[in-house]
Amino acid sequence: MDNTALSALLAATMIAGTPILFAAAGELLAERSGILNLGVEGMMLVGAAFGFICTLSTGNHWLGLLAALAGGGFMASIHGLITITLRGNQVVSGLALTIFGSGLSGFLGKSYQGAPMLFKFESLHVPVLGNIPFLGPVLFRHDPMVYLCILMAAAMWYLLYKTRWGLTIRSVGENPQAADAVGINVGRVRFLCTIVGGMMAGLGGAYISLVYAPTWQENMTAGRGWIAVALVIFALWNPSRAIIGAYLFGGIEALTFRLQTMGIHISSFFLAMFPYIATIVVLVLVTIRRRQDAGAPEALGLAYDREER
Amino acid sequence: MKLKKFTALILLAMLLSVFVVGCGNDAKTESEQPAEQSEAIKVGWVYIGVPGDYGWTYAHDQGRKYLEAEIPGVESIILENVPEGADAERSFEQLAQEGCSIIFGTSFGYGDAMLAVAEKYPDIKFMHATGLQTADNLSTYFGRIYQARYLSGMVAGAMTTNNQLGYVAAFPIPEVVRGINAFTLGAQSVNPDAKVKVVWTNTWFDPAKEKEAAKSLLEAGCDVIAQHQDTTEPQVAAEEAGKYCVGYNTDMHDFAPEGNLTSPIWNWGPYYVNTIQAVIDGTWASEAYWGGIDEEIVDLAPISDKVPAAIVEQVEAKKEALKSKQWDVFTGPIIAQDGTEKAAEGQVLTDTEMLSMDWFVAGVEGSL
Repeated sequence: MDNTALSALLAATMIAGTPILFAAAGELLAERSGILNLGVEGMMLVGAAFGFICTLSTGNHWLGLLAALAGGGFMASIHGLITITLRGNQVVSGLALTIFGSGLSGFLGKSYQGAPMLFKFESLHVPVLGNIPFLGPVLFRHDPMVYLCILMAAAMWYLLYKTRWGLTIRSVGENPQAADAVGINVGRVRFLCTIVGGMMAGLGGAYISLVYAPTWQENMTAGRGWIAVALVIFALWNPSRAIIGAYLFGGIEALTFRLQTMGIHISSFFLAMFPYIATIVVLVLVTIRRRQDAGAPEALGLAYDREER
Repeated sequence: MKLKKFTALILLAMLLSVFVVGCGNDAKTESEQPAEQSEAIKVGWVYIGVPGDYGWTYAHDQGRKYLEAEIPGVESIILENVPEGADAERSFEQLAQEGCSIIFGTSFGYGDAMLAVAEKYPDIKFMHATGLQTADNLSTYFGRIYQARYLSGMVAGAMTTNNQLGYVAAFPIPEVVRGINAFTLGAQSVNPDAKVKVVWTNTWFDPAKEKEAAKSLLEAGCDVIAQHQDTTEPQVAAEEAGKYCVGYNTDMHDFAPEGNLTSPIWNWGPYYVNTIQAVIDGTWASEAYWGGIDEEIVDLAPISDKVPAAIVEQVEAKKEALKSKQWDVFTGPIIAQDGTEKAAEGQVLTDTEMLSMDWFVAGVEGSL
């Protein structure tokens, strides 16, 4: 592989990793607060549909992003209502959310299928840096969303590990009883994290329908929501590892077709299952090494009821 | 607790209302001039996608509109987005019970469902696009799109500057393979050095994947992109890269105004008119129809003005040869990718050989 092909592959990796990272960072936040939300795929789809429809009807893609935030947040609030307020089963509610999201987005987007998107995000060409050979096209000639995404994930890391808020969120996810005892409103923190997580999933979806392939198509996220769920585990609930993982998984996606053009024939189905295999391998390795759980928040998936002991 | 129950109820009501609206919208009836015509005829349509795809389903829907304009008594009942498999059977059953005289199914995977329903309703006629199985009241119909692909390959072969053409291929099935081979032979007829690089997406409609596949071909140096899927994204990818492209299904020129050279297109309208007329006249009989460019079921979209007139003339000449049936695309000598001779000088592949094609011609870079 020559240099141009490699830089093109890496540039494609940055783009393919972006929607996954948006969604995974959001899911990571929710899981850190103790809420497992398997509805990422559904939230992404609703975000993608809202974003596309709003952009097409208003002609402004920033408004489209706002709509995607609202759509993802709305979906997550349903999950919050069921699992936090009503203390329902998180797995069941999350799965239902995925199915609901796929149906809702398909219904809303029906008349928009195949409509061409006229309002596109222009790629930035960072002056000076964009002209560096090799690194320029790989790192500095993308649309603003790519950079926003990295910033968000980095901010997430800072929030979780370097701020008081982060401590609050993590304590709620680890031991809600103790957090409650020191006066933290467990329900409120969890609700907030779930909704913000949903909003980020919505952004990830909108990235696909507005930037990656600017069009609307039913179920167009094509399993990226599940890759994001796997990525959170792969990253062992740490945003900085999630950044690396997102580009690793994105790189696999970008590699699929490029291997074919290079005449190397690895089945595309095999490459499609790589993220899940990698996640399982990481889980197994970590569990063996630590001889305990993989570092998941202690109270992940458990409803909190202050009257229960 | 009361409040929680209340919110839960509201939520449930919201969900239910969405489903009710969603279901009620499923079948839509479009009647042009109902009843007053003595020859009113109900026609059912089962689409794999939606007419808004600007691809396969769009082309069929254009055919339906043409039919309704030509034969005023036609009343259409359309089911969109019907998945292949067990669900499809219910859709055909539904149309049969709603009193359709003839039902069109537009995807390969409807075969078993159509066969089963056709058996149950012997008085209703069934038309299966791209299908293989026929019965007394079940016809199959398809067009020799490979002829149009050959012509589009001539255009692509003439316009490449580095002899590298790219082909975003759908599934490794004979229909797609035949298209790639025809495209390659067309390109080589004007440019013997032309090579066609193939990338499989294993999709019919996945805009993100198909765009990505086209981009990978562009990065690998291809300067004309052809496609088999029902999206317009490969065209968009070529346009963005400032390269040429060849569409499919419908004239995709508007999606890549600079780059699009032409598109092999479907023109179902006249065939639908003939079929319905035959039903009205009582002359309809089951058949396995595979019409060519001479019957105008397939055609080539207008060629871009960027293509030199001399090439356009050559393409027109070949098109006339195809129309006169003096010559067909797979006329020997045809050498396969592995060097074996598939057809000797002057020998023409039979329909059976073409319908089961599972090998590439020499000059295709890719594997099955």
